[in-house]
Amino acid sequence: MTQTSEVLLQANAVSIAYGDQLAVKTVTLPIYQHRITSIIGPSGCGKSTLLRSFNRMNDFIDQVTLTGEISFNDQNIYAPDADPVAVRLNIGMVFQKPNPFPKTIYDNVAWAPKINGLKDNMDDRVEQALKQAALWDEVKDRLHESALNLSGGQQQRLCIARALAMNPLVLLMDEPCSALDPVSTARIEDLLFELKEKLTIVIVTHNMQQAARVSDFTAFMENGILIEYGPTETLFTNPENQRTEEYVTGRFG
Amino acid sequence: MNTQAQRLKKRHQISAAFKLFCLSVTCLAVAILGILILEVTLLGLPWLNFDFLTRFPSRFPEKAGILAGLAGTLWLVTLTAAIAIPIGVLAAVYLEEYAKPGRVSTFITINIANLAGVPSIVYGIIGLAIFVRFFGLDRSVLAGAMTMSLLILPVIIIASREAIKAVPSSLRQVAFALGATRWQVTRDHVLPQAMPGILTGVILALSRAIGETAPLIMIGALTYIAFVPEGPMDEFTALPIQIYNWTSRPQEAFHELASAGIIVLLLVLLIMNATAVWIRYRGSKNKFM
Repeated sequence: MTQTSEVLLQANAVSIAYGDQLAVKTVTLPIYQHRITSIIGPSGCGKSTLLRSFNRMNDFIDQVTLTGEISFNDQNIYAPDADPVAVRLNIGMVFQKPNPFPKTIYDNVAWAPKINGLKDNMDDRVEQALKQAALWDEVKDRLHESALNLSGGQQQRLCIARALAMNPLVLLMDEPCSALDPVSTARIEDLLFELKEKLTIVIVTHNMQQAARVSDFTAFMENGILIEYGPTETLFTNPENQRTEEYVTGRFG
Repeated sequence: MNTQAQRLKKRHQISAAFKLFCLSVTCLAVAILGILILEVTLLGLPWLNFDFLTRFPSRFPEKAGILAGLAGTLWLVTLTAAIAIPIGVLAAVYLEEYAKPGRVSTFITINIANLAGVPSIVYGIIGLAIFVRFFGLDRSVLAGAMTMSLLILPVIIIASREAIKAVPSSLRQVAFALGATRWQVTRDHVLPQAMPGILTGVILALSRAIGETAPLIMIGALTYIAFVPEGPMDEFTALPIQIYNWTSRPQEAFHELASAGIIVLLLVLLIMNATAVWIRYRGSKNKFM
């Protein structure tokens, strides 16, 4: 199952530097369509930086430079004529902390379609996105209440719904469960299995069990270097690299 | 054995003493303000009635009123707000959201901070040279408002920048990640979140404009005016100038009139501040903040 898929997103010899500090060093990593790829590694290994380069979120940090290229559907998203706004419409993102807008549940989900000029059938769009994020049943009677009254786990699923409202092809998730309790975490992990039918997911996580549970492919990074990449089962049970084995068995990190 | 307990007691004493000190300083400041308001009220209240608000200045204190100054001040504040708020807020948005940090940005920032410290009379000289003479606006309300705008722009820009800076960057990030342009992020998220802080800065700035006298004297608003400005090009006078004028006269009755004028000025200020608080409250209710 893990092999029969197209590469949708691909990092080619990507290096990312903050000023003259290299955070990601010549990483080449394919992301397969309708698969979940997790990126694991100790704090500061560059996994979040790499993830953020997939939808050009590093553009907002001063003095970040990227060399190499990232291709999405065979187009380099860092080409001079590439529009980062268009890139982010296709490649959505969910952040570490649940961060709904201080608006109603409905307005949170409706904002992205609204600013894109999609104003017809808004109720359907909102319902669709909330259903995909497995939140609809819990909030359908209070769509016009503040999103900030939701629990942490519900807020994070709302953030997922908000990211899904524009039907992106890829969803990037930056430690989406690290601020959540185990029950909420389990719900989101279940959700990921359903979502990969429709889209492609890249997830950065601190939690190795999570990577082992949810992902089809795993990449292990350390000090900005991609140490090992492969099918999750292989990487966890029979890693090629000494450091990978030490990390996944919990000997450091 | 006892030293730990003794030290702890001493630390608590110092803490209590500091609290007492802060309390007394606060009381002192409030008490001085209270005495001032009390004195002004006692002197001016007997003169304060509807006629006082609807009459023009006069040589006879019992016939004198504040209408020209009141109308002039309202014109001045409205025009100043209309000029200074958009320019100031947009400049702040540019500097915070668009400008790349670097030498030019730092240079502008330092200069704005310096401008905030320039004595108001200097702005009066600029207003006289540029607006009154060069642009030929004469002693109009418009010239006064433009001069006042120059004076309060740095305050508005600095306060608005602080308010915009305080909007969490995570909010911008998530909005950008949804495929928004910078304008959409600014309009829908940054400005609504920053609005309370911006309003506070605007009110502080307008309160300053309402009380300023020196630049207005400089551009020639210190005149006997017996009419209400009907357009931005009319001559005008303002409340603080009228008050200053009355206090400089020898007769005791005019001093009491000045007190009544001060009460009117304070009331205008109070109404402005109350409006801002109301707008802020309404905004926060709508946005669930």
